[in-house]
Amino acid sequence: MKHRAKAPYLLLLPSLAYLVVFFGYPMVSGLGLAITKEEGGFTTEHVRAMLSDFNFGSALTTTVVLIVVLLPLQFVIAMAMAMVVNSRIPGSGALLYIYAIPLAISEIAAGLVWVSLLTESGYVNSLLMHFGILDRPYYFTAAENKKAVVMSVIAAEVWRATSIMMVTLVSGMQSIPNEYNEACEVFGAGPIRRLFKVTLPLLKPSIQVALIIRAVLALQAFAVVSVVGGTGVRTLAGEAYTQYVNTNPRVSSAYAVLILLMALFTVSVIVGLFRTPVEDRA
Amino acid sequence: MKNMAAGIVRRPRYGTALIAAVLALWVLVPIYFLAVNAFSTEEKIYSYPRPLLPRPATTATLEQFLTTTGITHSLWNSVKVASIVLVLSSALGFPAGFAIANYVFKGKSAYRMAIISTRAFPPVILAVPLAYAFIQVGLPDSLIAVALVHTAIAMPFTVLVSSSVFAGVPRDLQEAAGVFGASPARTFVKVVAPLTLPGLAAAMLFTFVTSWNEVFVATILTLSNRTLPAQVFVLLDQSPPPIKFAGGFLLLAPSLVFMLFIRKYLFRLFGSTLK
Repeated sequence: MKHRAKAPYLLLLPSLAYLVVFFGYPMVSGLGLAITKEEGGFTTEHVRAMLSDFNFGSALTTTVVLIVVLLPLQFVIAMAMAMVVNSRIPGSGALLYIYAIPLAISEIAAGLVWVSLLTESGYVNSLLMHFGILDRPYYFTAAENKKAVVMSVIAAEVWRATSIMMVTLVSGMQSIPNEYNEACEVFGAGPIRRLFKVTLPLLKPSIQVALIIRAVLALQAFAVVSVVGGTGVRTLAGEAYTQYVNTNPRVSSAYAVLILLMALFTVSVIVGLFRTPVEDRA
Repeated sequence: MKNMAAGIVRRPRYGTALIAAVLALWVLVPIYFLAVNAFSTEEKIYSYPRPLLPRPATTATLEQFLTTTGITHSLWNSVKVASIVLVLSSALGFPAGFAIANYVFKGKSAYRMAIISTRAFPPVILAVPLAYAFIQVGLPDSLIAVALVHTAIAMPFTVLVSSSVFAGVPRDLQEAAGVFGASPARTFVKVVAPLTLPGLAAAMLFTFVTSWNEVFVATILTLSNRTLPAQVFVLLDQSPPPIKFAGGFLLLAPSLVFMLFIRKYLFRLFGSTLK
């Protein structure tokens, strides 16, 4: 009996130890790198170097803009996809496959997909010129068209990362008993009313997870931004990378700590927004 | 009775079908255009209006990409790294998944919470401190280091998927095997393994692709010995558009096949909530 009681812990131990070393340790040591000197001792030098960095302001702004714009926009699209998949119309299995494809596509490939659409000889320019909306190609991804670059990055990010939210939402919808919707239908509630009175409230835990996953992804937006926007748009993860290759690993760590703090803040805001009051729990 | 049956047969829903089609095109059309670019001749890529079919179709730029310096080498590196990640994640994650599915014990929900909450931490923050540590232990510019970090990113998924796969094995089947005198090991090999193999294979494939696609950690941890995404990423600035599109397409194409294999297990990968 005693042997049996130990078994689950022995099975868990390797994975737990691994996560402590390769997930826990770097977070602590990253903080250490950001606030200590090479030769030891506390310093705010690296944090100040980050704050006074020429690109810091725009990197922070872009990252925040990405989160604020992407979350609601992608939630609506992911919800539409999830409802289509869950509606069991003919072909919904194939639709799930199609909607999920971007989930398996690397950030670089996704970025290049959008370069082929948005470059000066790309398909979007071709279309706009064909219909006479433009008379010469527009440089969507050129650094001087700041707003267009950010919008291009947003389009690419929506395209790439809506799948993952869709999957989380469908999986939540599947656990809602059909009787709830049927009962509503019997009492004459239309599809919109059912969406707001049944589906969305019962989907809260899944919506919460979908938003958390997406927000964390947005905080580390790096390759898509770099491939689509080049040097025209900066993000915090991009700056962490730039500082590292410019041999400022400690300033890079300061960026990493900032990303971590923003992740913790964003996640706790999302958790707070979706907290079910104790008296409402079923 | 008749009325109830009529309620189940639904009217054709043209609105839903229209939305479904628009969303499918939103995903597929951009991929299609990248493919057209990848199979077009170099001159055609700069031509107006953009052709809707690659005419003449050619694999010239694709071949050119594959013969670019370092590409085949980094392709092989990616296979090596992703394979290590697959093996390590499975070796660490499957036992944990099995424990969660089959035992009741103190700390189980805390462990599960810890696994799920790794998602609240962006993996990019792991890269720099670990690069530092790897240099100190004598693993600079090392594919092993990349594989170790990728495992930390992928393994929590392995635990979650495998726990739900193992939980799907009916308990009475396992008990029946025991009643007929099979040892726990034999029960595992004869009963549990065959039933769980497809799900576990999907989990393994997912860890492989997670590593295959990852670029930030791979770029930070390596210099000369790069994985494919890292190599493409650092070469991007110097590559002309035709090569970019060819490379993009070759990076993307395996994803289409991969998704066919794991689509049934997607909900186990991303369906866990905080309850």
